[in-house]
Amino acid sequence: MTTVVPTGPPAAEQPKLATRTRRSAQTHSPYPTWFYLPAAVIYGTLFLVPTFASFYFSLTRWTVFRSTFIGLDNFTEFFQEPALVKGFVNTFLYAVATSGLKVVLGLLLGILLTSQIRARGYLRSVVFFPVLVSTVGVGITFTALMDPSTGAINSALSAVGINGPGWLTDPSLALFSVALVDVWKGVGLATVIYIAGIVSIPQDYYEAARIDGAGPWQLFRNVILPLSWPATSTVIVLSLIGGLRSFDLIWAMTRGGPGFSSDVVASVIYKQYQAGFYGLSTAGNVILFLVVTAIIVPLSRFLALKEVER
Amino acid sequence: MKNATRTWLGVLSVAVSLVVFVIPFAFIVLTAVKDPQQASRLDFSWPHRFQLVDNLVQVVQARDYILVIAFINSVILTVASVAAMVVLGAMVAFVLQRRVTRWTGLINFLVLSGLIIPPAVVPTIWVLQKAGLFGTLPGLILVEIAFGLSFSILLFRAFIATIPRELDEAAVIDGASPLRLFFQVVFPVLRSVIVTVIVVQSVAVFNDFTNPLYFLPGEQNATVQLTLFTFQSQYTTSYNLLFMDILLITVPPLVMFLFFNRQIVAGMTAGAVKG
Amino acid sequence: MRSRTLAKRRAALAAAAVLPLLLSACSAGSLGSSSGDGSATTIKLLVDNAPDNLQAAKQLAKDFQAENPKIRVSVETRPGGTDGDNLIKTRLQTGSMADVFSYNTGSLFQQIDPTKNLAPITRDPYVKRLDKSFLPQVTVGDQTYGVPFGSALGGGVLYNKKVYAKLGLTVPKTWAQFIANSKKIKAAGIAPVIQTYQDTWTSQLLVLGDFHNVAAAEPDFAEKFTANKAKFATDANAAKGFAYLEQIHDLKLQNPDYASATLVKGLQMLATGRGAQYPMLSTVIGAIKTSNPDQLDDIGFFALPGDDAAANGLTAWFPNAFYVPKSTTGDKLTAVRKFLAFTASPTGCTSQAKASTPTGPYLVEGCTLPSDVPAITKDVAAYFTHDAQSPALEFLSPVKGPSLEQICVQVGSGITGAKSGAALYDKDVRKQAQQLGLPGW
Repeated sequence: MTTVVPTGPPAAEQPKLATRTRRSAQTHSPYPTWFYLPAAVIYGTLFLVPTFASFYFSLTRWTVFRSTFIGLDNFTEFFQEPALVKGFVNTFLYAVATSGLKVVLGLLLGILLTSQIRARGYLRSVVFFPVLVSTVGVGITFTALMDPSTGAINSALSAVGINGPGWLTDPSLALFSVALVDVWKGVGLATVIYIAGIVSIPQDYYEAARIDGAGPWQLFRNVILPLSWPATSTVIVLSLIGGLRSFDLIWAMTRGGPGFSSDVVASVIYKQYQAGFYGLSTAGNVILFLVVTAIIVPLSRFLALKEVER
Repeated sequence: MKNATRTWLGVLSVAVSLVVFVIPFAFIVLTAVKDPQQASRLDFSWPHRFQLVDNLVQVVQARDYILVIAFINSVILTVASVAAMVVLGAMVAFVLQRRVTRWTGLINFLVLSGLIIPPAVVPTIWVLQKAGLFGTLPGLILVEIAFGLSFSILLFRAFIATIPRELDEAAVIDGASPLRLFFQVVFPVLRSVIVTVIVVQSVAVFNDFTNPLYFLPGEQNATVQLTLFTFQSQYTTSYNLLFMDILLITVPPLVMFLFFNRQIVAGMTAGAVKG
Repeated sequence: MRSRTLAKRRAALAAAAVLPLLLSACSAGSLGSSSGDGSATTIKLLVDNAPDNLQAAKQLAKDFQAENPKIRVSVETRPGGTDGDNLIKTRLQTGSMADVFSYNTGSLFQQIDPTKNLAPITRDPYVKRLDKSFLPQVTVGDQTYGVPFGSALGGGVLYNKKVYAKLGLTVPKTWAQFIANSKKIKAAGIAPVIQTYQDTWTSQLLVLGDFHNVAAAEPDFAEKFTANKAKFATDANAAKGFAYLEQIHDLKLQNPDYASATLVKGLQMLATGRGAQYPMLSTVIGAIKTSNPDQLDDIGFFALPGDDAAANGLTAWFPNAFYVPKSTTGDKLTAVRKFLAFTASPTGCTSQAKASTPTGPYLVEGCTLPSDVPAITKDVAAYFTHDAQSPALEFLSPVKGPSLEQICVQVGSGITGAKSGAALYDKDVRKQAQQLGLPGW
């Protein structure tokens, strides 16, 4: 695309550029607006247009063949969906549980893997690798490992005399089992972000702390924790966004089951789509959109503010 | 740290990592080489019989070589969409970071929206249908670009902020056009973050199954993740083949990882944290 | 569930069944498409990708080509389930449908707007050979649009005959007898009722398979149900299916690992006699053939019993059909008609039976089942011969809730009771009816 577009504009841009550079050092013209154009066209038609269209279609009863305007019916319908209230609560639980665990484990692993530990290279690799593996593949694998009777996890537990639970079949446990797998798969990314954050802390701080006679705990409390705050806020925001929208793993492992007990908003939306309720599904999309925005926007403002304060 | 502690902690960590991270992969490999009867028990055990080659041949030949077709499709999809995300994303990020106008706020907002807002699936299908791109590989490539641009832009923007403006100014004084400035001066400096974007996005696109499922229906259009999904429902008695498929699909990310391990961490330092 | 899940089901089990066959059949060389010679007319046939159906379609194409050397049939596949539904609708709407395609019969067929999208075949001679029970499933007004592809099947209970013989049990004609049998089986240390909620759809059979009994007690239920005048929660007959689910859970008649068991495990349990009865569809024959070929004939089939022994009969599912889109014209239309005539003929049935094991009778006059079919198929066919069968609700009413399987899992695992399960399902159904724009909702 870049090779096609440029021919016209840059020629027109060049003389202007030359004159402006002479005039002022703070010229804007080396950064032409048309650089936005190709990205804007793709993003606009395939992301913004559908997003805006979704507001209209969420107010219709929509099949492949036609759409009929029905006002807010889809939304009332959606809030009567038995799975939805559960799905709502589950979405929050899932997002909070996964991002909380990713922060804690990521930070601990980050500290561990920036220390002078043996086999550091191997450990970093092995922790990060699951990030790169197919979610569906991970889901299928852990569904097998978590099988209550034949799965490796419960076999291992029974070897030490513990009667393992039905990880994915117990309605009160299924969602958290999936969340654990999500953490397993995603903690590598959090760790890498923390490693980067911790490595970028200037050595002077450590030395200053050491001169003040700080022990490992004070070092952690007063140097590492506050100075890796940008990493923390990145991990929180990224994993919350991921957690609230999460669908792949849940679908691959439980399909929202047993019954509706591990349904999240995204899986409810998908089920409506599957059933051919396009208007209803799109209404769900709009609801998810509002929820995600209502949480992430204030939160990232807050985190950014705290970052500035420090 | 004392040497004894180092060793002790290292051994402990390695032991824990073996249990937590290595066993699941060992399980995939073991199940993939078992015979169907043993594999169907789905337990963690040593294979009675190794039939690596047999299973490999069977899974590749299944359903008219659908896996080969899927690999070709996935490679085209990944290369094309990631290339576009890198070039277009870097262009946007460059101008966005360097040139502040009254539109900057809006553009930043749109970029962030792309990261946060869950894509509206059915309306996207509707747009693609109107454009005649529904169910085609180009259509899916464009969708992946649209959904992935935001993250690329954010990574690039954060990195570009660390490049001194003097670099651009020197080039401009030397009479470089915007295109030359960008492609010959700035782009090479972005090398490490480009690697990050390539690794992160190609893994994301290669592993994506939801978008192909929605936007690329049809047999001949399958991507590798879709084969996994259809095999899951079809290979109810042949778990060895299902896990062989998982194993095969894990190879490309593994290769990527072996080559770019260092750059991922380096790139993240520049990108995610400061972003 | 309706034929949609039927499609999913077929993908799941039938798949398991024919996989080895398929793997050997699709050997090297099929990656590149083989091009026919120029003089022949090539028609494209679109079928879903369930191996059983695909194999049958390929066999049909092959045998048809042998009889008609001037015509080539190239078989294409599509996904099953909802993705397949959408694909069919889209391709019909955009006029890009294959020359002939397979799709569900009954109410899903009604939803693809047959009068607008399909070419009627009412006056073609082979239509006269179609079974009377089948015709309504492919007819709108006075026009007929399809011929059956595959055999009919039954939804009821698969049972292990050896266990029944050992314990001196007889096939139950009423639900009370079924429960009494189950208690004896349990006392013998065998799982009486196999449930496999890891494959969610398998949970629905006690509700869906009970429909013959509902229809026997209340012949106009389907009609009232479609018109929003009868509800599962409030109709005493229809509510029973949910009550059965609750009962087998309360009496602990299920296998202990019901929550995590899969269909394949359930079938193995049944075949080896670790479980005695499995509410299921007869399509699973293929899967049993793969997993436990030696025990296939130890397994029999009986219709889900209701309260009235005299009205005992089978809830039947009809096969998919081949349809012709309006976009097929000229030489191709002629060729397609020849192909339909071939499919709906005894030779066509034999051809299909060669490639996939029949799960019930073929609904074409003159077609007989091969003598070596499994016991399950014979048991199912017997209900058709005695005319003791009703179509499943999904063939009589376009209204069905998409979440029935999840609701059944909830009731069957004791998460919710039968009453609230039925009420939940009524809500689910309402959405579907409104989506279809049916009057009265």
